[in-house]
Amino acid sequence: MRLLWREAFLSFSRTRTLSVLSVTTIAFALFVTGLFGLVAINLRAALGQIEERVEIVAFVLRGTPSQGLAIAMEDINAFPEVLSVRYVTEEEALAQAKEDLVEFRDAYEAVQINPLPPSLELRLKPGYRDAAHVGEVAERLRGFPFIEDVRYGRDWVEKLDRLRAIGGIVGGVIGLAFALVSVVIIGVTIRITVLQRAREISIMRLVGATDWFIRGPFLLEGAIKGFLGGVLAFLLCLGVYSLFKAQGLGLGVGLQFFEPIHVFGFLAFGMLLGLGGSLVSVGRHLRKV
Amino acid sequence: MIRFTSVAKLYETGGGPALERISFHVGRGEFVFLTGHSGAGKSTILKLIYAEERPSSGDVRALGFQIPRITADEIPRLRRRLGIVFQDFRLLADRTAAENIAFALEVTGAREDVIPQRVTRVLEQVGLANKADAFPRELSGGEQQRIAIARALVNDPAVLLADEPTGNLDERASRGVYQLLRDINDTGTVVLMATHNLELVRASGQRIVELRDGTLVFDSAADQEEVS
Repeated sequence: MRLLWREAFLSFSRTRTLSVLSVTTIAFALFVTGLFGLVAINLRAALGQIEERVEIVAFVLRGTPSQGLAIAMEDINAFPEVLSVRYVTEEEALAQAKEDLVEFRDAYEAVQINPLPPSLELRLKPGYRDAAHVGEVAERLRGFPFIEDVRYGRDWVEKLDRLRAIGGIVGGVIGLAFALVSVVIIGVTIRITVLQRAREISIMRLVGATDWFIRGPFLLEGAIKGFLGGVLAFLLCLGVYSLFKAQGLGLGVGLQFFEPIHVFGFLAFGMLLGLGGSLVSVGRHLRKV
Repeated sequence: MIRFTSVAKLYETGGGPALERISFHVGRGEFVFLTGHSGAGKSTILKLIYAEERPSSGDVRALGFQIPRITADEIPRLRRRLGIVFQDFRLLADRTAAENIAFALEVTGAREDVIPQRVTRVLEQVGLANKADAFPRELSGGEQQRIAIARALVNDPAVLLADEPTGNLDERASRGVYQLLRDINDTGTVVLMATHNLELVRASGQRIVELRDGTLVFDSAADQEEVS
């Protein structure tokens, strides 16, 4: 084990320029992937905020007894999709309308009778804010005899659904492409290291080293390079994030950064890439010679 | 120790056969010169012994291993019982003489506490104990080849294969290396030396196996058997 670490670090120090180049290349490949990740996280946060506005309004027939309404509200609250139900009285609805629709304020003042019915305002739990679930809940609400009408802005929710789907596909494809490019770049840089040490490998084989013994230091070296590249990429991402944050940029919800679990995943991903790149490059070389 | 039986070798790159119907046997304690012009098949014979190549037909046995059927796991075990020396020394430029020798022990998983004394022993054996800390670039060609021989010896091989070990050396250094290989042979190690240095071969009085265009044209041991 000591020999493994020694050989890996010796190789690092002997090929210092190449090692620095490898780490930098890995770092930039991961940095681009990380930047994309940041954009994805912020888009998701923005979408999440828009999603929170998804609301179902069920208009209640005037004169519905309050006792029956209270029981029904309890039932509705027990729907698995429902986060909260709020009863909005006719007066509250009018007050809200006056506040929201300033241009109609005078018209509302003029009418003697309140034209707005009481309603139930439903908010749904995250994960249920898509057109299918919203439509399902709306349909169930229509089944209550005291519900006059249900509105939820079908077009708007469907648009949000489409936006989410497009975001998911584009994000997945671009993310995968960046990850693949990183793998290729890392594979190439490690291949250069392997070729540079081809003579050493051939000598190791001649004196009776097993292939796994030969692979060991390369794998360790690849993992260390991947990890260091990951750390550097993370710092670069942090730099870019801080720069944007200082400029006050963000998608309405404040700029988001990686969670600790993402950072851990990022570094582990870098390490895995280094390890995988080494495994493939050394394996290919050993099969050839 | 080593037996070739009707061995033929054809390389995939084309051209004629590198070896054809080669049969010979090397017994315990022997010193054998493999001679022939460049491209005669000397290096191919050595490569077959250390399982760098496999025969296209026929059988090669080396130290109990059957080369045509040798597995990837068995190759390192075979090579740990062989010492191999090349014309171009194949030393690692960024390691000292002692480190180059120790490297051969380390990669075979030798115990760390025995490595220094074994390195010193072989350095003394090749007469370069005072050059332990020298890098290859600081050594003459003859000295580099001695270090390469020391590296080949450090695992106490049963057979030492030397592929043109004097090819890059002047007359004096060549004689020195040859004498060293004879001394090693005197301790019981089989030595198989490929060379086209006919002067050295003729003066040696050792067994000669001569190749021409991939075929064995002369074996002094077989000749002697016929005479007797």
